[in-house]
Amino acid sequence: MTIFDITVQQIVNGLILGSFYTLVALGYSMVYGIIKLLNFAHGDIYMVGAFVGFAILSVLSGIFGDEWTGILASMVLTMIAVGFLGVLIQRIAYRPMLSAPRLSILITAVGVSLVLFNAVMAATYGEYTAFNTGLDDEGITMGHIHITYTQVVMVSATALLMVGLHLFISRTIYGKAMRAISIDMDACRLMGIDVNKIIALTFFVGSALAAAAGVMAGVYYGSIHFFMGFVIGLKAFTAAVIGGIGSIPGAMLGGLVLGLLEAFGTQIPWIGSEWKDVFAFGLLILLLIFKPTGILGRTEIERM
Amino acid sequence: MADNTSPTVPAAKKPGLEERLMSLLDDRKRRYPVYAILILGTLLVPSIGDNYVLEILSNSFFYIVLCLGLNIVVGYAGLLDLGYAAFFAVGAYTTGILTSHYGWNFWLTIPAALVFAIIAGVIIGGPTLRLRSDYLAIVTLGFGEITRIVARNLKDITGGPSGLIGISRPSFFGLELNQIHHYYYAFFILVLLAIFASYRLQHSRLGRAWQYVREDEDAAEAMGIDRVAIKLYAYVIGAVFAGVAGCFFAAKMTAISPDSFQFMQSATILMAVVLGGMGKIPGMVVGALSLVLFPEVFREIGSMRMLVFGVVLIAMMIFRPQGIWPERRN
Amino acid sequence: MVILHVNDLTLKFGGLDVIDRLSFDVEEGAIVSLIGPNGAGKTSVFNCLTGFYRANAGDIRFQGQSIMRLKPHRITKKGMARTFQNLRLFKNMTVLENVMSGMHCRTTVGALGAILHTPRQHLEEAEIHTVAEECLDFVGIRDHKDRLARNLPYGDQRRVEWARALATRPKLLLFDEPAAGLNYDEKERLMDLIRRIRADLKITIFLIEHDMGLVMRISEKVVVIDYGKKIAEGNCDDVQCDPKVIEAYLGKEDEEGN
Repeated sequence: MTIFDITVQQIVNGLILGSFYTLVALGYSMVYGIIKLLNFAHGDIYMVGAFVGFAILSVLSGIFGDEWTGILASMVLTMIAVGFLGVLIQRIAYRPMLSAPRLSILITAVGVSLVLFNAVMAATYGEYTAFNTGLDDEGITMGHIHITYTQVVMVSATALLMVGLHLFISRTIYGKAMRAISIDMDACRLMGIDVNKIIALTFFVGSALAAAAGVMAGVYYGSIHFFMGFVIGLKAFTAAVIGGIGSIPGAMLGGLVLGLLEAFGTQIPWIGSEWKDVFAFGLLILLLIFKPTGILGRTEIERM
Repeated sequence: MADNTSPTVPAAKKPGLEERLMSLLDDRKRRYPVYAILILGTLLVPSIGDNYVLEILSNSFFYIVLCLGLNIVVGYAGLLDLGYAAFFAVGAYTTGILTSHYGWNFWLTIPAALVFAIIAGVIIGGPTLRLRSDYLAIVTLGFGEITRIVARNLKDITGGPSGLIGISRPSFFGLELNQIHHYYYAFFILVLLAIFASYRLQHSRLGRAWQYVREDEDAAEAMGIDRVAIKLYAYVIGAVFAGVAGCFFAAKMTAISPDSFQFMQSATILMAVVLGGMGKIPGMVVGALSLVLFPEVFREIGSMRMLVFGVVLIAMMIFRPQGIWPERRN
Repeated sequence: MVILHVNDLTLKFGGLDVIDRLSFDVEEGAIVSLIGPNGAGKTSVFNCLTGFYRANAGDIRFQGQSIMRLKPHRITKKGMARTFQNLRLFKNMTVLENVMSGMHCRTTVGALGAILHTPRQHLEEAEIHTVAEECLDFVGIRDHKDRLARNLPYGDQRRVEWARALATRPKLLLFDEPAAGLNYDEKERLMDLIRRIRADLKITIFLIEHDMGLVMRISEKVVVIDYGKKIAEGNCDDVQCDPKVIEAYLGKEDEEGN
């Protein structure tokens, strides 16, 4: 394979990875933007999305088949279901804690993560679950480069979701409310905005996006495991920080950047795939030391 | 309506268990006999209990030390550390590597582990403690994972995924420590040292500074307290507790692997700290004991244990954030 | 001698000039006030002086040394202390513990000293307690020293805040609206306290205040700002008659009524 081949292949890999990271990072950034909470359990929402998607697909494949129609239908339903799960979690575990010290809500988030993680672990007896689809490896081949249709669809789906989100945030009244609340929650309350409802909506959208990523991961890698949310959570957080935590375009940019960096990073002989996680974390640490606000983030000035 | 010259006085509430417990312990004269009885009882257990009981209690002591260490970070300084197991790994692997590969005397590995734990604490804490508390949680989690991956990948040094085996037993003035009751006493001594150190730290200039920073970081800064340095002290001291505990863990188990230092371990210790009551020394004892005894009592739950813990954690934060052990002040 | 020299201080939030090339001096041993209409940027000035905000341009010199890039705790250690407009006491700690926080930067015992109870630790603890009690005595609330800060009435909480700042042994004390929420008697006692701080403790006072009566009675110099710019600096009489000052305070009313 030539350098060109490797480059193109890694760009494709990077875009795929970037898709997952972006979709999960968006949820992190949205929730952080609105209530300044790093939802520790967000990675596990991704994992739950994969399993829910698997379950729904098993049911729907009888009707829609287990190719793209079935998969996309399952994905939509999964997004809705897990979206509501996100709202439920927010309502039970986070809303009572909004006025408590920061440490308390962070601990609660750890608790939520433990519950989701262990619930799925118990249900699957800790085993990997095969995510079988009728998809194959067909795609476009150019010399040594092979891009499957699956990859194309997934990247396109992610792009579509991102466009949809952008329109939602910038054009609808709900999106405007979200942005307003992230700037000044009390002022919004005084303006008559139902802050709780918008927060719930933010969790719904963030969780739905993470669930979409989970389903796609299941389809792409062919197997799912209760532990899959753990690492993705950390990496998506890294992506959100790269782009600027709290910024939605930042999460999109960060996901892409991290995906590409990681894909090309695996080609560096010293790093390889064993150390790629350490590579990603190392990036995170460096970033937080030198530029914690990320590429597009706002420098927060605290009012005394 | 008749004029009531003597208003009815509501009957005095009978003091609940909490109040009775606190009044018992607040009274200096009654407190010390209680401690003396506890210590005496603990020293006598090996003569009456079997190895199984000693094993459980040794584990409990070990967790008490870890909880006390994390308590300094989470309870005193208010920092959420999700990678605490990494420091425990540093201590255990330092002892394991130095004794297995280089033939060091166990007792000399303790200061070495201390140094490495301090270095690790400074490297991780230094850059991240300047940031918001949310970031610290995830970054410490990341470091915990990095430590585990490093331990798993550096096969030549750390033994890789299967870890180090054949760590030699230490000797104490000629007596080889290879019986369970040796470790029972060793860990108990560590517990006493840890409680002593925690108590002294809590009621000191440093302990007050932690509280100031925890209550209001900016006001503390305005009063001339370097909040980053203060947090770093807590983080590094916590690391030292875990590192030393790790040394003894390696000696007792004679084999360690990266699996002992997973995130679940960090989460479990955090769970115990929160359950017992953050910042309270007796709470740490209660929390650690609950953690170890709970699965023994409820064996059937087994794999659901962590699930229940997660639910308990959430419920605790919502309904009883102060933990099991009651607050001292009113 | 000038203890605080501010030169061309500029602070921008986004596109807004919160402080615009502000320059003034505070003489050692003086009582100086910073006044201006609401939103003029007074607390922002304090935040810049104490290191909580990073100014975009200009220079701040305390006792001849530039303190522009220093962190707040370093500035306090150098001898500039502050109180907060919206009282930031350590609510769940006792009054005495609150005031003891001021002595942290004047002592050094660390973890080892704490665990081993070294002789130095004993000495320092005694010193911390003594100084804290003296400060409480000076402001007049020593009796409340063991009460929880949050249980005190507002006026007493204010005094704890002042005692706490005094415990840092400052050379310059920045009072941010010390009279807010105080009744007449409490304000009289505040003025008395300020004079005593200057006379007995030899501390320079720089205060932000809205109560004009108090400002005029106690200040030797007044700096007036509006929209982040200095519009007057001088003694009370000059400033009171300055047409720009009058316009800043009253001119806005004119827009509405007549």
